[in-house]
Amino acid sequence: MNSEIVISVRELTKRFGDFTAVDRISFDVHRGEIFGFLGANGAGKTTAMRMLCGLSYPTAGSGSVAGFDVMREGEKIKRHIGYMSQRFSLYNDLTVWENMRLFAGIYGLNRRETEERASALLKRLNFEAERDTLVGSLPLGWKQKLSFAIATIHRPEVVFLDEPTGGVDPVTRRQFWELIYEAASEGTTIFVTTHYMDEAEYCSRVSIMVDGEVRALDTPARLKQQFAAESMDEVFRTLARGAQRGE
Amino acid sequence: MRTFLVLLQKEFLQIRRNSFLPKLIIAFPIMVMLIMPLIMTMDVRNVNVAIVDLDRSTTSRRIASHVEASEYLTLAQTTAEYPLALEALEQGDVDVIVQIPADFERDMAVSTPEHISITANAVNATKGGIGMQYVVQTIVRTLGEIGGERAPVKVSELITVENRYNPTLNYRHYMIPALMIILFILICGFLPALSIVGEKESGSIEQINVTPISRFTFTLAKLVPYWIIGLFVVTVAMLIARLVYGLAPVGSVWAIYLGAVLFILTISGFSLTIANFSDTMQQTMFVMFFFIMIFMLMSGLLTPVDSMPEWAQRFTLILPPRYYVEILRAVYLKGTTLSELWINYAALGGFAVVFNTLAAITYKKRS
Repeated sequence: MNSEIVISVRELTKRFGDFTAVDRISFDVHRGEIFGFLGANGAGKTTAMRMLCGLSYPTAGSGSVAGFDVMREGEKIKRHIGYMSQRFSLYNDLTVWENMRLFAGIYGLNRRETEERASALLKRLNFEAERDTLVGSLPLGWKQKLSFAIATIHRPEVVFLDEPTGGVDPVTRRQFWELIYEAASEGTTIFVTTHYMDEAEYCSRVSIMVDGEVRALDTPARLKQQFAAESMDEVFRTLARGAQRGE
Repeated sequence: MRTFLVLLQKEFLQIRRNSFLPKLIIAFPIMVMLIMPLIMTMDVRNVNVAIVDLDRSTTSRRIASHVEASEYLTLAQTTAEYPLALEALEQGDVDVIVQIPADFERDMAVSTPEHISITANAVNATKGGIGMQYVVQTIVRTLGEIGGERAPVKVSELITVENRYNPTLNYRHYMIPALMIILFILICGFLPALSIVGEKESGSIEQINVTPISRFTFTLAKLVPYWIIGLFVVTVAMLIARLVYGLAPVGSVWAIYLGAVLFILTISGFSLTIANFSDTMQQTMFVMFFFIMIFMLMSGLLTPVDSMPEWAQRFTLILPPRYYVEILRAVYLKGTTLSELWINYAALGGFAVVFNTLAAITYKKRS
């Protein structure tokens, strides 16, 4: 594994009034890693991820993403990352191609680069026939694959994926993870949250958040060993059982 | 630059794809400009008059026929009993009662007759007041004619007249500028705000916020389409005013366009600021309605600023529509030039800068 650190977080904290959503989390993520960011609903995963993407100001602590400070250089970070929100957030009233062209343009790709990358992505996704389809009319699984493609259209150093496969069928999930692997093998760092424990097994390393804190962090194999568990599912349950928060 | 262009392209595509926005943008100004001037009139017409004729003379019949012939008055009934007329007034069938005293004609010929009494229903103060003025004028004219024929007594001694209303004033010409402003407020004010909040509701703004795009670029790309649409609206409105109502500006068309540009900038910047503070369409609509009420009712669009209480007149100084409606009316009706109205243009320019800066500052990419 490449040892270059792409994301580094120290004591990162986010409080909303009295409520501490993220409580002094610290970890490092290396280049090309698929970093699984697990936790029950309400554990603070999305809040932590939003701080790393420059969408939310940390209350305390420090961190850097792609070499830029999360506190002060949020806008610079945004140049080097891709982000796929939990909620589908491309433009439903634009076509597949128009969405690609829009985001490529926003990231400063010129006309020729846009054309090349968008065509390559369409081909990779087998989406060529859907080029002029309105995004709103695509099935969910396709939307998610398209979101991922657009999040990586500018070849970012890190891609943040917030529950990218929620509600997606097993076949499409499989295809989605193939896309993730391919991006990682090209050197893109993947930071992904999920509730599917089979997906956790695919990650290079996994952290598990409970009540705003990171309670465990290691490769899936070592975590299973540490908690004397058969599967990641068991590891997760052992940790999450003690959670105070939840739905 | 390319970033700005792709964003602009996106905004235009979204407007075009919307199932009702393009129709609204085209049909709304046409409809408002065609229909509203016909309806929004303060001219008082169809004033129902009852004549209590105790005189039964040529003079009293002549008054009645003049009332009947008036464009503004309708002779609802002629009776010999005041209580009957009063009952009709109470029931709303009659707006003004004219009582001509007995022996009016004879007395007029020889000395000072008893006064003609006029009773008006002033529940609708405007209609009552103006209706009464019309009646008075009609009677004065009738008596004047008779007086001219055999004049021993001066008419002015019979009735005192205070004519404060000019019935030849064409109210439409006063209203059309106001309607143009209402169109701007609705189209260039509401639509960009709803478009931003729509992105908040659909979540797509998050995907934008996570990109390095500057908030100025994003805000500008949101506004430019509505500026263009605003210029289209003012052109349509001016054409209709010209072709349908024969109202052409006495002054320069460019003075109107310059004002339009500044006013559109102001109102769209204002609406984006509100959108930045709202999370849902409902919130935006409500807050916008609140301000639009103030804009419409307090900035002299419908009622003259001069007749407002002193404190309210001072308050209108912070209302942008006030400045533009003054420009429109002055240029349209009086032919006032740009240099004479420079204070109004400067005020609008100031508002445009303030609101657009506010809109860009209050748009937060990060929470």
